[in-house]
Amino acid sequence: MTEGEPLFRLDWVLQHLDMLWQRIGEHILVTVIAVAAGFVISFGLALAVRRYPFIYGPILAISGILYAIPSIALFVLFIPITGLSLLTAEIALVSYTLVILVRNMVTGLRGVPPEVIEAARGMGYTDRQRLWRVELPIAMPIIVAGLRIATVTTIGLVTIATLIGMGGLGYLIVNIGVQRRFPTATITGVVIVVLLSTAVDLGLQLLQRRLTPWARAHEA
Amino acid sequence: MTSSAAVVTLDHVSKRYGPAGTPPAVSDLSLTIPAGEIVVLVGPSGCGKTTTMKMINRLIEPTTGRITIDGEDVMRLPAVELRRRIGYVIQQVGLFPHLTVAENVAVVPRLLRWPETRVRDRVEELLDLVRLDPATYRDRYPSALSGGERQRVGVARALAADPPLMLMDEPFGAVDPILRDRLQNEFLRLQAQVRKTIVFVTHDVDEAIKMADRIAILQRGGILAQYDTPDAILAEPASEFVSRFVGADRGLKRLSLGRVRDLALTSPTTARVGEARADVRRRLDEAGAEYALLLDESDKPIGWIERRDLSGDDGVTPDDATPGSPTLQPESTLRDALSAMLGSSVQLGVVVDEAERVLGVVSVDAISEVLRAPAATVR
Ligand SMILES: Nc1ncnc2c1ncn2[C@@H]1O[C@H](COP(=O)(O)OP(=O)(O)OP(=O)(O)O)[C@@H](O)[C@H]1O
Ligand SMILES: [Mg+2]
Repeated sequence: MTEGEPLFRLDWVLQHLDMLWQRIGEHILVTVIAVAAGFVISFGLALAVRRYPFIYGPILAISGILYAIPSIALFVLFIPITGLSLLTAEIALVSYTLVILVRNMVTGLRGVPPEVIEAARGMGYTDRQRLWRVELPIAMPIIVAGLRIATVTTIGLVTIATLIGMGGLGYLIVNIGVQRRFPTATITGVVIVVLLSTAVDLGLQLLQRRLTPWARAHEA
Repeated sequence: MTSSAAVVTLDHVSKRYGPAGTPPAVSDLSLTIPAGEIVVLVGPSGCGKTTTMKMINRLIEPTTGRITIDGEDVMRLPAVELRRRIGYVIQQVGLFPHLTVAENVAVVPRLLRWPETRVRDRVEELLDLVRLDPATYRDRYPSALSGGERQRVGVARALAADPPLMLMDEPFGAVDPILRDRLQNEFLRLQAQVRKTIVFVTHDVDEAIKMADRIAILQRGGILAQYDTPDAILAEPASEFVSRFVGADRGLKRLSLGRVRDLALTSPTTARVGEARADVRRRLDEAGAEYALLLDESDKPIGWIERRDLSGDDGVTPDDATPGSPTLQPESTLRDALSAMLGSSVQLGVVVDEAERVLGVVSVDAISEVLRAPAATVR
């Protein structure tokens, strides 16, 4: 910390609102890309597991290993291949979402009671109708719960992606705040990350309640 | 399969879950299920009832043999289309938890792309049919229903597209005995209106006897032990297995199939309040009887008068009679009638109509006669 520098300078924040908005925008963009890509890949994997249950073990093992690699290491690992690019960041971020999303999707689909599946078959749903109209809606609360964890985790990890030049709120926290010894930026960045995570988490929770009114019927 | 009830035939049907050589779950089963009848598949746990039933809507495919519905081989129809034309009720009900009661009932009509207004009307009609007030229940989710209400929604859902054939796997298995009895009665009332062909699975002999027009008793390995009317099975079990399965009290069970109205009633010698005793004595002499049944002005029975209490010449008074005979309705089951008669001092039952007028009397002997008679005299 520079001598005489106060811990927090509101005037700096107010003077740099434009820059802050830009960082928030970058942060959200990187997060959304990672979660969306992770969701699509996980969904594909979960459907594959639904059809071929024996591949679940290997998928969990691989995604588990990816998850266990420290985030910085994973970023660095891909730099020789994909350079200091958005792609590098996204590869790492997506890898982290997989284990959470796949596990929740598979758990959700497997949690559909067998008698409900049998009833659906017996009523004459095609396999695809059964998936979209019965299994996925019933699995929805668990899938959205996974999505919430994955999104909040990713928002946190995107902060680290600043190390490979991805900007976002990490730029505020590390590049401005830590490297230039300017605590106002660090504090501002951290606060925004926390607010962002909380807001997204709450938003997804509300979305889930909206989508699954039946899941609350017995609580009411 | 367009009529209101379908004929189903199973022709040498076998199902083996394991590789060739393992014991089959269903062995060489041939059955004809007549249109509009309730056929109950009954047998001990694991004897292949569910397997047999699921082969009809192809949830399970037979290893060998042929199943037809109204002459059409089920294996030739697309499975999904076939199932939409067969009502299906499973033991655990299996309502869709994310759909309301109305949406659950509407599942098959919507799969069949009925127009929305027709679907809505049908849902109301069905909820009424299973005695669930549409306004109260339409928008509830299954988690907010009692077990019995769920079973009814399950039945309504199966009936929704007016299928000519219904498959019901232990549909009333998950509820208490009192409610089960009520659901059974309601279902029989419903069936009297809709007259579907129904394949009904249970492992409860009493339920089978109550619900069935015909019973197919299966033994382990899906071997057909006997296929006949409940009365014929109770009267003449085809094997040791069947007689053990239906129970040592099969005579009494058989009595619960029969009704008092099925018996030939005998007319007792009657007397009327106020009548001269001498007249009653004379009539007893003519009939060679020892007892006369005393009636009041409106033909209601008061009790029995014994001949030796009829000395003198005054009029008969109600005090002369000994009450004690049970009164029976023509609808009473023979089992209830026998039970009432055994419990009373005079072992004769007085059968009365709705206005309590005497129709005749039955004796314990007349009832045991029924048990000695061959099948089909009852029902
Ligand atoms: N999917 C399956 N794979 C292997 N064996 C099976 C399968 N389903 C049933 N079986 C076997 O087939 C036999 C008949 O089973 P089924 O379910 O038809 O009996 P059930 O008469 O309906 O019995 P319950 O009264 O207990 O419901 C049993 O021995 C059972 O273990
Ligand atoms: Mg069964």
